[in-house]
Parts: sequence; structure tokens; C-alpha cells
Amino acid sequence: MAQFRQKVLVLYLANSALDSAVKGWTMYDGTGQEAHTTGDSAEPPYPTGVDALKDGWRVIQFPQLIPPYPGLEYTTSFQKYEFVFEKLEEMS
Amino acid sequence: MIEKQYLLNSRQVAEFVARGFLRFDELVPDEINQAAMTAFDAGGIQSYPAGTPLSQCYPEPSPIGRMLRMPEIQGIIHSLVGPDPLFDHHAIHVRQPNEGKAQGMHGDSIIDTRMHFDIQIMYFPHDVPLEMGGTLLVPGSQYRRINEMDIARYQNFVGQIPMVCKAGSILVLHHGIWHCGRQNQTDRKRYMYKIRLNPRVRQYRLWNTDDLDEAKGESQPIFAGEKRSDIQAILAQREPWFEDGEGRLEIVNRIKQWRFLTGDDNFDVHYWLTRLENMPENRLEMA
Repeated sequence: MAQFRQKVLVLYLANSALDSAVKGWTMYDGTGQEAHTTGDSAEPPYPTGVDALKDGWRVIQFPQLIPPYPGLEYTTSFQKYEFVFEKLEEMS
Repeated sequence: MIEKQYLLNSRQVAEFVARGFLRFDELVPDEINQAAMTAFDAGGIQSYPAGTPLSQCYPEPSPIGRMLRMPEIQGIIHSLVGPDPLFDHHAIHVRQPNEGKAQGMHGDSIIDTRMHFDIQIMYFPHDVPLEMGGTLLVPGSQYRRINEMDIARYQNFVGQIPMVCKAGSILVLHHGIWHCGRQNQTDRKRYMYKIRLNPRVRQYRLWNTDDLDEAKGESQPIFAGEKRSDIQAILAQREPWFEDGEGRLEIVNRIKQWRFLTGDDNFDVHYWLTRLENMPENRLEMA
């Protein structure tokens, strides 16, 4: 029976649209072949979220659109447009 | 008393308000750098109780004291947190050779919502090439309300800055800026000395304000600012990692900080706050 491992890509986009520009990115590799860490690349892996789809990534989470809490309308905090993708890699 | 020539000017302070840091390359002379390295290799430097006036810390012959008492450094400190600020804490950060991973992205201490701010001075006593890492910082992140390692899942941003520098370089940071120690992939230790300083006076026009009126800029057509070099343009400059909507809110954060530092409650950039403050109450009298 085939054994699969998950690779996870997190893209932080310019707005809630999947085809908007990539502003930040994070990768985790369950196959153990790659080791990603903070500050390890200067260029985003894809120009937009849709470009990740075209390369075989499956999007598994869209960020919810949540109205600002009263009093916090002008407060900035975490990246709001966090899209999570996965690829399943078959282990030989 | 600090000589005016060593104080920051208004554009430099606006740059700090916008991006959350100032960088001074090769500022500290090699003699002090070598003495600091010797002290670090020997096991460190003495610390002081939090809240001690800086003037009472690092008596001679401390190389760190000599660095902090340089008139250029004193001018930077005075311009941002005023005379003789309080020692908060210090640390000698060591990144070991050939590390497996970098430090997670974080903001120091805990969530801090003050308009008043502390500064952190980072001192790099030896050359830091890219493969040695250097502190990574995310410019313009200082107003984001997060708590310490909440943001450790963020690995990279467009426009992030790895501190690649020559010996004797200095970074001055707003306390809230997002940063981390990048992975050291060389076979040498990397040192970075950091000190946090708290203001003892209201942060109001502490720099050389001779250029303040000239640099402020007149009211401009909306979105005309980015190509100019005045304070409005500096505060309007977006970082490449800003999201579309939040990037506009960051300009509002900067306007509020500039108003706080200058006492000019009418200052604006691109009409962002003036528009929101326009709530006429006078009634039109009909004939």
C-alpha cells in the first residue's frame, strides 16, 4: 500500500482573492527532503495563489472574512489573507 | 548636552516612524569592535538592574560603554528616547556555527500598545555576510499588535531585510518590530549585542527640528506623495509586504505616531485622517 507524506505551503496574499499577489510565504515538508526556516528565501515561490494551484498545490483553507471588532477598526495585527495549500507525495 | 550635529533630522525620524528602524553602517571604530569581541569571547559583559539610568551603566573601561558614549550614538538615543534613558536589559545574542534552523519570527517582550516607544540598539562588532545570517527584520511591522512568538509561522516576506553588514554597524529598532536571528551557515560564531532603552521624558521633538517645517510638505493631491522626499512622502511609502487594505491602515498608524512626536494634530498624509475627522455639526440655515 502506497505511503504518502504531506507538504504544506502557506501563502499570505494581498487581499482575499486567491489570484492576488503573494506577500509572504511558509513551507513545511513532511517528506523530510527539504528543511525550511525563517528568512531562508527572498523571492516568493509563486506570484499569486492561483499560480500555486497551477503547480499542483491543493488549497485546503481559505481565510474567513471577519468584520473588525468595534474599536479595532484601524488596528493592524496578523496577516489576514492566509491561504493554506497541500501536496501529497508518495514515498518510495 | 548633545551637539546638534549629532542629532537626527526630521526626515530620519520620519523614516524611523515609517519603517521602524534606522541603520548606520560601519559607525563604530574597529578598535572598539575588537575590544567588544574580546569581551564577548571572554564570557560576556556585566548587566544592570532594569530601570538604571544609562549614564550609570558600563563605566570605563567597558567597550560597550565606549560604543554607547560615542557622540553619534548619544545623538541617536537622544533623538528617539531623550537624555539619559533607562537601561531595560541587554543581551549578547550568539548564533552557533552551522545551525539547523533560524529563530522564529517574533516581536520582543509582550504585546505593547503604547504610543510611547522604547528603542533597541543592535550592535554588530564583526562582518556579517549573508551566509552568516544577520538579524532579519520586517520593515514597517512595528505597529502590528501581536504577542511575541505568535508570528513564528511567518517564514518570509517580500521586502524583508537580512542585516548583512560590515563590522561596527548599528541597527536602531522600534520595540515592536518583527525580527529574528537568521540561520548561521558558516563555521564561525555570530555575535550581536542588543540593548533596550526606555524614555524618561515625553517623546516630543527630541531631534534636530530645524528642518521640520521645510520637510513637512504642503497639502498635496491625494496619492501624489510617493515620488517626493518630504515627510508626507516618507510616511506614505508602503512596504512591499503590506496587504492592500492593511497597508493603508499602516499609513494611518504612522500619521498618529508623527502627530504624537510633533504635537501637530493637523498633520496628515493623503487626507486619510482629515477625512475621518470631518464631522460638521453646524446646520445649514434655509432661507
